[in-house]
Amino acid sequence: MSKLLKEVITRVERATDSIFRITVASEYISANAAPGQFVNIKCCDGAQALLRRPISICSVDRSKGEFDLYFQVKGAGTEILAGKKRGDTLDILGPLGRGFDLDIGYRRIAAVGGGIGIFPLLFLLDESKAVVKRSYLGFRSSGQVLLLEEFGERSTSLETATEDGSFGSKGFVTDLLERDIISEEFDMIYACGPYPMLRKISEIAGKHGARCQISMEQRMGCGFGACLTCACMTYTDDGSRHYVRVCSDGPVFNSEDVVFE
Amino acid sequence: MNNTDLTVDICGIKLKNPVIAASGTFGFGREHSDYVDLNKIGGISVKGLTLNPREGNKPPRVAETPAGMLNSVGLQNPGVRYFIENEIQFLRQFSTAIIANIAGNTIEEYCEMAEILSDADIDAIELNVSCPNVKAGCVAFGNTPEGIADITSQVRKHCRKPLIVKLTPNVTSISDIAAAAEDAGADALSLINTLLGMAIDIEARRPILANNTGGLSGPAVKPVAVRMVYEVYRTVKIPIIGMGGISTGNDAVEFLLAGASAVMVGTACLVYPDACIKVCEGIEQYMKRHGFCRVADITGKLMLNT
Ligand SMILES: Cc1cc2nc3c(=O)[nH]c(=O)nc-3n(C[C@H](O)[C@H](O)[C@H](O)COP(=O)(O)OP(=O)(O)OC[C@H]3O[C@@H](n4cnc5c(N)ncnc54)[C@H](O)[C@@H]3O)c2cc1C
Ligand SMILES: Cc1cc2nc3c(=O)[nH]c(=O)nc-3n(C[C@H](O)[C@H](O)[C@H](O)COP(=O)(O)O)c2cc1C
Ligand code: FES
Repeated sequence: MSKLLKEVITRVERATDSIFRITVASEYISANAAPGQFVNIKCCDGAQALLRRPISICSVDRSKGEFDLYFQVKGAGTEILAGKKRGDTLDILGPLGRGFDLDIGYRRIAAVGGGIGIFPLLFLLDESKAVVKRSYLGFRSSGQVLLLEEFGERSTSLETATEDGSFGSKGFVTDLLERDIISEEFDMIYACGPYPMLRKISEIAGKHGARCQISMEQRMGCGFGACLTCACMTYTDDGSRHYVRVCSDGPVFNSEDVVFE
Repeated sequence: MNNTDLTVDICGIKLKNPVIAASGTFGFGREHSDYVDLNKIGGISVKGLTLNPREGNKPPRVAETPAGMLNSVGLQNPGVRYFIENEIQFLRQFSTAIIANIAGNTIEEYCEMAEILSDADIDAIELNVSCPNVKAGCVAFGNTPEGIADITSQVRKHCRKPLIVKLTPNVTSISDIAAAAEDAGADALSLINTLLGMAIDIEARRPILANNTGGLSGPAVKPVAVRMVYEVYRTVKIPIIGMGGISTGNDAVEFLLAGASAVMVGTACLVYPDACIKVCEGIEQYMKRHGFCRVADITGKLMLNT
């Protein structure tokens, strides 16, 4: 169950030009969070940046009772967040959402991340008991590359792609997955990233009959299931289409259930 | 002067306190019940119901704007029968008033829903004749005095529960609309619904909402809402439930002073699941500070500048 919490920030660090890392001390979140879940943050009191901002839980240190967030500064809310200092309190709701399914039977997995979508995959790799974990990370260019060491430590193999070829191979991370999908026989592919990337991965997985879970993004009013603003069109068992909530029915879905438009 | 009494009676609906969760921001109460004790909330106006289930609009359905938000949910809901069979029982575990908010495409649909809900275990019906997010239908009824009189009088014939008519601010004269609803048999009025608005992503040169336009709510609309409650209070005798941008007790007191007998809290419930409780505590503190014993003593106690 998620809770309304006021927790203390223990670290604020700049990871790249535009991406910050915030470490938060929270016994509750670190004890209860699962990979793929997120927290919803009220960046400041009052009417400015009125709505909460959803940010994925990137990693958890259960022994210290801390968790890490990585976020890109985009607009008003993340700008305020980036200005937080060690010792400040953070107003959060969490942990929220249905995370990744980490069935013990998934022995060979792929973690495919694009841009700010790589963050929840770190926690996933930590918790997965798979024997083979292949990570594929995509970035726009070398300036955005981060967390390679952390991903490397938790993966059997790690490959990166940049769109301009300034780091790793040139092209899309989906090209790397497509190259390996037959030979690797993954039991599960986990993916998080921009919409076009997820659509492509769903196509690839569908074509090869591979199982795949994707973490979707949508603008959110509440983050806990009450307002129905975060709609995602999905197929139901009888083949009909229905809107479900990204925040509480997701953000993670089986790729075959999502209707890409 | 310390025994403050928070109870209010709105056209026969007895509320333990004057703070009600606004329709569409509180689902059917289930999600919020993880964070707040629903027993402490005066009432819950449930997500807008339609006769048949509705899928709602394409996403994105929300855009943040200065001190507010636009939504274009488009009345996604499981339909009135599902509500009766699957949601009322859950809500009835708590001692809080249940208000069924309804919307339709035709007057006949409204009447049929009023008929069905009159036999259900709810405390009142709130007519949403003012949703800006659906193309055909309900907004048209709330736009003119004739339209609102027509729908109110017809639904009245089928409604055996207290009937609250919810007004849209997207009109030229809110008091004319309010008077028409009162004359046609409304037991109470609630206002305001959202203001029609638009937000544009200038890089993409497209509206942020897939529906292009949406309803504005939150602190940004509060002065407009307070003014409308003030105008309507001077026009009608039936009780008014005020809303629009309330997030604190002090915000709520503005509405009470302007003439509201109770308030609804919407957008604030999305940001702070416990907003209704905080608003209620704030009202109580104000009452203590100013020596008001009953909430009704504040209603309309505004002193105009001359
Ligand atoms: C489940 C989930 C997990 C996320 N995890 C991360 C993460 O770990 N790291 C990270 O950097 N970003 C993450 N995001 C994206 C992040 O929420 C947005 O970048 C952020 O809300 C933008 O806020 P802002 O104040 O900077 O921008 P503004 O433009 O000021 O935001 C205005 C409004 O739009 C919403 N919004 C804008 N862009 C997005 C978006 N891409 N997705 C959802 N809402 C958006 C905001 O929440 C806010 O309500 C996640 C989004 C979701 C839905
Ligand atoms: C996400 C969302 C959904 C809403 N859905 C409904 C609805 O179904 N029926 C209705 O009468 N009003 C609906 N409203 C309007 C609110 O009940 C309320 O009138 C309005 O938001 C103003 O109050 P606020 O500023 O406190 O949010 C909705 C508002 C929001 C933000
Ligand atoms: S954001 Fe409110 S239901 Fe998902």
